Amino acid sequence: MSVITYRQALRETLRAEMHRDEDVFLIGEEIGIFEGSYKITEGLLKEFGERRVRDTPIAEEGFVGTAIGAAMLGLRPVVELMTINFSLLAIDQIVNHAAKIYGMFGGQTSVPMVIRTPGGGGQQLGATHSQNIELFYSFVPGLKVLAPSTPGDAASMLRAAIRDDDPVLFLENLGLYNSKGEVPDDGDQVAEIGRAAVTREGSDITLIGYSRMAVVAQQVAEKLAEDDISVEVVDLRSLRPLDRETIVESVRKTGSAVIAEDDWLTYGIGAEIAATIQEGAFDFLDAPVRRVAMAEVPLPYAKPLETAALPSVDSVITAVKETLNAVGRRVG
Amino acid sequence: MADTAKPKGGGTAKSAGGRRRNRKNDTPNLADEQPKDLLDYYRQMLLVRRFEERTGQAYTQARIGGYCHLNLGEEATVVGLMSALNERDYLFTNYREHGYAIAKGISPRGVMAELYGRTTGVSKGWGGSMHMFDTEARLLGGYGIVGGQLPLATGAALAVSYRGGDEIVMCQMGDGTTNIGAWHESLNIASLWNLPVVYVVVNNFTGMGTTVEMSSAEPDLYKRGSAFRIEGQRVDGRDVLAVRDAATDLVERARSEQRPFLLEAFSHRMKGHSVVDPAKYRTQEQADEARAQENDPIALFEERLEKAGVLTEEAKKEITDSVREEVADAADFAENSPHPDVSTLFDYTYATPVANESRRMPADPVFAE
Repeated sequence: MSVITYRQALRETLRAEMHRDEDVFLIGEEIGIFEGSYKITEGLLKEFGERRVRDTPIAEEGFVGTAIGAAMLGLRPVVELMTINFSLLAIDQIVNHAAKIYGMFGGQTSVPMVIRTPGGGGQQLGATHSQNIELFYSFVPGLKVLAPSTPGDAASMLRAAIRDDDPVLFLENLGLYNSKGEVPDDGDQVAEIGRAAVTREGSDITLIGYSRMAVVAQQVAEKLAEDDISVEVVDLRSLRPLDRETIVESVRKTGSAVIAEDDWLTYGIGAEIAATIQEGAFDFLDAPVRRVAMAEVPLPYAKPLETAALPSVDSVITAVKETLNAVGRRVG
Repeated sequence: MADTAKPKGGGTAKSAGGRRRNRKNDTPNLADEQPKDLLDYYRQMLLVRRFEERTGQAYTQARIGGYCHLNLGEEATVVGLMSALNERDYLFTNYREHGYAIAKGISPRGVMAELYGRTTGVSKGWGGSMHMFDTEARLLGGYGIVGGQLPLATGAALAVSYRGGDEIVMCQMGDGTTNIGAWHESLNIASLWNLPVVYVVVNNFTGMGTTVEMSSAEPDLYKRGSAFRIEGQRVDGRDVLAVRDAATDLVERARSEQRPFLLEAFSHRMKGHSVVDPAKYRTQEQADEARAQENDPIALFEERLEKAGVLTEEAKKEITDSVREEVADAADFAENSPHPDVSTLFDYTYATPVANESRRMPADPVFAE
């Protein structure tokens, strides 16, 4: 085991997969000479050359579609979209083409590609650069949407995504790139796509998150443990397919749930989780399911406004405590 | 490109055609052709015509669902383009692709069965009229979203180039496609990266009801590659030999020079945008012209072949009969093929099966106790 950053985990996995399989190549804006807007691809152009690390024009629809077409002929492109916000420029290719080609033609050709892209607010990037719109893609059968929260998961899930024969939207997070965690040195862990993880066992309440909010959930659980509150943390890891069983099993055990999400509340990922819980654990619930999400505004630039709009350790703690109070356990 | 006259919809095909005769890609002399090839083109064009007529009929009888766009009037373009490709070359098209599928080598049975939504269809009944696909024939899809196929075709050409292959990719589209973002992004990428792809604009002067003049600031569509340094040519799409020669020229140059090219072929859409479109936006004069003998690629070719003594009465009858039989056989085959079983509903969502994929039917509970 080595302790490395989320960024390093991604880069080392890309490198290893490119060495392993000649069909794997990288394509995106500023990934070569500039070495990536967030330096995930640092050094890779030098190591692999222009054929396999391909800088593109600013043309998301064009290069995402180009990657899809290359995947149809059996290559395994890994696309970098600078941020998930820019995926909107390519959404026709992602939703109408990548997600449809396998089914629409009766399973004759698959689209083995990965679209890596970070989401996440909190960087004072303003309304158009701070969105969490993974929901748009999680809604679509034919796509797989992964959202790792730790360096270890980043590595094993990216490896799984590259080796998978379907189009995978691989959600990273600007706020996690520098986070550190353990990653096995032998480097061949391949995650199973579609599995959530109980990353901390507990008995009082289930706290569900993904990406940055899975990390926040861990922090919340640690803090509440000091007050003798036992929080079980579920890291969704995969937004499509969604591991309903793990969610429901946990809530059946704890009897209450809080969902922490970085996207907007109304129609958000949390709404689907809450619906899943009431469908699978209705008789086990001792309190209404609570959601903590981003304020429903275009995210502002000014720091106090931005901070207020985003879910935080404190806002999740408040929701957990209020839910436990509703259960009848006085936790202050 | 000294000629600055603009082709227009309706009454202007004549002038565009007239201008074409002054250009170097004049129609080839029949004396230089193999009669066998000429008869083969004639037969294929007639097959597409009869197939599409039968399709229109089956559609109005509700044997075929969805949208249904026919190649009527474009048969010379279809057959000419396909004769320029070898069997290893790839083809991407838009949603007006039944004729292309057949001319690329797919059995009319498979195409008709797809229209009928049967398991024996080229896309197993999952695609329908707009989404024909066949790995073996290397038709990599008809696409229903205008412009959607352009980045894909560009990517297929990238894959060929990546692997050092000698195939080329042909990407067919309609005239309206030259205004969508994917056009600009794809042509730019293809030119920057020297990809072996030939973009073909089938100009029937009208995108649904909107004319080329109304939608394109540069209505000389073959010039629109110049912003990307992509050489463009225009050809009379009513002339199968001219189309074949122009397409072959660009296809072989794309192959040898590893560069993208652009070809514009103009011809008339004999009927509405789709089977259900009565094309009321056309003036009587425009409608007459779209169906005029002089714009009908099959009538034109037939007359030439007859005059040259290539198409005898006997050969014509033999071809007409065999085409009629082939189309009737395709329709019978489609009619008698099985519908997909509902149990196969979830078979093609993912190529790699995954844990926790939802396979719920409407009204099924999420968690069955």
